[in-house]
Amino acid sequence: MTIQAALMPDGRRLHLQHGPIDLVIEAWGAPDDIMSAYRQAMVAFQTVLSGLVAELPLLRRPLPATGSLPQAEDVIARKMIAACAPYRHGFITPMAAVAGAVADHILSALKRDRALAKAYVNNGGDIALWLGSDAQLDCGLVTDLLSPRVTGIFHLVPEMRIGGIATSGAPGKGSGGRSFSRGIADAVTVLAGDAATADAAATIIANAVDLPDHPAIGRMPANSMDPDSDLGDRLITVSVPALTASEVVAALERGRCQAEELTASGMIAAAVLALQGEIRLSGSLLQRHLAA
Amino acid sequence: MTSASDLPDTRGSTDAPSEQALAAAKAKAEEIVTCDACPVLCRIRLGKTGACDRYGNIDGRLVRMSPLVVTQRVLDEKGAVVPFFGHDWDGQLVPGAETFVTGIGAGTTYPDYKPAPFIVGSEVAGVDMVTVVTEGIFSYCGVKVKIDTDRFIGPEQAAVRVNGEQVGHVTTAEYGSQMLALGGVRHLTGGSKKEGTVTCDTMLTLCNKGAVEMTIDGGASLRVQAGRPPVIDGQEEHRMRVGCGSATIGIFAQQWRDHVDEVIVVDDHITGVLSEHQAGRFLDMKPAGIRVRGRKSTPGRYFQVANPGTGWGGTDITDPLTIIEKISPETAWSGLRLLMVSTTGEHHAYFVLDAQLKPQPAPMPPAIAKVVERIGENCEPALCTVLFMGGAGGSLRAGVTENPIRLTRSVQQALTRVTCGGAPVYVWPGGGITLMVDVTEMPDNAFGYVPTPALVAPIEFTMRRGDYEVMGGHMGYVRPVGDLGQGQTQAISWRSDQPWPLDPLNGGGAFGK
Repeated sequence: MTIQAALMPDGRRLHLQHGPIDLVIEAWGAPDDIMSAYRQAMVAFQTVLSGLVAELPLLRRPLPATGSLPQAEDVIARKMIAACAPYRHGFITPMAAVAGAVADHILSALKRDRALAKAYVNNGGDIALWLGSDAQLDCGLVTDLLSPRVTGIFHLVPEMRIGGIATSGAPGKGSGGRSFSRGIADAVTVLAGDAATADAAATIIANAVDLPDHPAIGRMPANSMDPDSDLGDRLITVSVPALTASEVVAALERGRCQAEELTASGMIAAAVLALQGEIRLSGSLLQRHLAA
Repeated sequence: MTSASDLPDTRGSTDAPSEQALAAAKAKAEEIVTCDACPVLCRIRLGKTGACDRYGNIDGRLVRMSPLVVTQRVLDEKGAVVPFFGHDWDGQLVPGAETFVTGIGAGTTYPDYKPAPFIVGSEVAGVDMVTVVTEGIFSYCGVKVKIDTDRFIGPEQAAVRVNGEQVGHVTTAEYGSQMLALGGVRHLTGGSKKEGTVTCDTMLTLCNKGAVEMTIDGGASLRVQAGRPPVIDGQEEHRMRVGCGSATIGIFAQQWRDHVDEVIVVDDHITGVLSEHQAGRFLDMKPAGIRVRGRKSTPGRYFQVANPGTGWGGTDITDPLTIIEKISPETAWSGLRLLMVSTTGEHHAYFVLDAQLKPQPAPMPPAIAKVVERIGENCEPALCTVLFMGGAGGSLRAGVTENPIRLTRSVQQALTRVTCGGAPVYVWPGGGITLMVDVTEMPDNAFGYVPTPALVAPIEFTMRRGDYEVMGGHMGYVRPVGDLGQGQTQAISWRSDQPWPLDPLNGGGAFGK
C-alpha cells in the first residue's frame, strides 16, 4: 500500500519496505551524517518500486543471446540488465539481479556526499556494502535456512574490494515465495564487487548445483507457481529428497565448476555452496577468511 | 541519537500501477487472486503467496500471511514468572511452558460463516478451557489518543490531518491532557479513497506503536507515538504539571506557610498568588501587596499574566519578575520573602525585598527548595496514550458460535474473557462487544490492514469448555494446544505484568489486573 520507513527498535538500523522490497540499512559515522544518509536513502527509495514496475514486462523477458541488449529507462533496471548480460548465452532474465541492484542503488544514494565509516543495505539477504579505509565488517553466513545457524563468518576489510554479497538457493520463505531456483542447492553465497553482480552470479551457480536426471527431485513449471514468473514454463525445484553422499558431492561439483569459472575470470571474488550439510568453496579469498 | 521523527515523511503513497500491469491483473484466470496491496499487483495461484510473502491466496481469497504468535510463560515453584527468553532467543516454542495462542497471524474466516481459524483447548489447573482465536477485520474502529499537555493544540472539534487528509478530530479535553478521536468508519470508508488509505495507515502506525506526524486545523502540529512524550510544534513535552497555578497553591500552601511570605505560581492558565488565595487566607497569611499582571478571576487567581509560550509555566516569560505589575508600599515590607515557581517546578526563583521594596535574588532556603522539588516529584512524565477501540461484529462472532448473541451475553456476564494479542481489554457495557485496549500492552506489530481499507486486530475469546458448549460453540473444531506445530508459530515471552489470559475467570475482566 504505502512505503514504510522506520528506525528499528535498536534505534540504529533503518527499515524501508514497499511491497515485496524489505531493506535493513545501517550506517556508521557521526550522528548527523547517519541521519542525512538515511534521509537520502529514503528519498531514493520512494521511486524504486514504481520505476521497476514500469519496466517489468521488459525485465521478465530473457536476455537475447546475441545482438543488442534491451534498453531500459529506469536506472535500476539498467543495472539489472548489465549484471545479467555476461550470462546471456544461457537462459537469464534481468530479474536474476533485482534484489542486488536495488541494494546497490540505495547504498549509493545513502553514501553520496556523506562522510561515513561504513554502511550496508541488506535486501532480504542480498547485501550491498561499503567499507571506508580501516573499516571492517563481519558478515555471518547461514547455509541452511530451515535450521538457521551461523555456519561461518566473512571478515571483510576494504582491501578485498567486496561491495556485494548475495545468496540464492532453496526457497525458504513461507509457502513458496517467488525467488525460484532451477537447482537444488540449499544456499549459494557469492561475494563480488557489487550486489547486482553477486546476485546474478549466485542465481547462475545455484542453478548449476543440480542432478538433472534424479527422479525424486520435485520440479514444476515456474508459471504453475506464479502465473507471471519470468521463468515461464521452465522447471523449477519444489522439493529435494535426502540424497546419498555421492549424489551431494556430484551436485556440488557441478556448481563448483560454474563458480570456479566466475572466480577465475575475476567476475566474482568468491562463492560458498551448501547442500545437505556439505560445503564447497571457490575463490582464494575464502580459503583464508572463512572458518567453516 | 537518531529518531524516526527526524526523518522526512514518506508515508504518502506513490502507488500508480503501470497500464500493462493493470491489464495483466485484469486478465482473469481461474483460482488466481490479484493482490492490490502494492503496485506489483501479483497474481497469486491457489495456496501460493505473492512476491512479498505477506499476502497469499487461501481458498481463492487474498489473505495476509504471517506466523501465528503464541505467548508462553514458565512459572517457578512459587508461581512467579521466570524470564526464559534471552535476546538471542529464536522464537521457537519451549516444550512444557504454558502456552496461550494469540490472534496475531491467525488470519480470519471472514466473511464466511465458518469456525474461527483456531479454536484451541487447554487444561489450566484442572479446568478445561477453550480459546477461540481470530483476527478481526474492523471497519468500525478508531483510536483514542490522550496527549499529556496543557498546551493549546487546537479547538475542540477541529480536524486532525495527516498528509492533508482528515483522519479525526480534537475531542473533549481531560485534566492535564488533550484528547483526539481518530479513525472511525466515516474517515475509513465514507470519504475519498485517499482519505480512507491515510486514515487506515495512521491508525495502523499508531496501533503498532509507531510515530505519526499530524496537524490540527487552527492549532498545532504534533508527533504522536504510544508510550512516548508528545512533540508539539517541534517541542517535546517532558512533564505533566502537578495542577494549574491555583491548584499548586492549594496543594502546597501548608508546606510553604512557615518559610515564605508570598508564593507566585506562574501558569499560562491560572497563575496563583498564595497570600491572596483562599488557601493562604485560610492559613491566616498576611497580605503581601504584590500585584501580578493579567485578569483577576477570583482572589489569588489570575488569567493571562503573559502570552502562551515555552517559558515559565507554559507562558512566554523568561524573567518571572516581569509579571509583577506593582508592589504596594502600604502593604509590602522590607525583608519580605518571595518564591516564584512554575507548575512543574522546572522554573523557580527566590527573592527578598530590599529597603526600596525591590525583589533581590537570594539563595533559596533548603526548606523551600524541598517543596519546589516536591512539585517536580508530583509531575508525571508527559506521554501519549493510544487506545484501540473497535466493535466485534456479526461474522466475527459467528466464527465463535452458531448463535452469536450468546457470545455477546457470555462476554457481558464475564464468563468469556476477551483479550487482544493476550492483552487485557475493557469491554463497554451495553449492547454488542465494543472494546478498548492499550496498544502498548499488546505484542509489537500486532495489527495489520486489508486494502478495503480496514484495520485487522487480533482477538481471543477464552472460556470454560462447558460454557463454550452451552453457547453453541464449534466443539468439533476444538484442538489441543499441543497440536500447533513449530513451523506454524512464533512464540513470544509473556509479559509478567499482565494477567495470564487462561487463569480461571473471576468475573470482571475489564482491564482486570
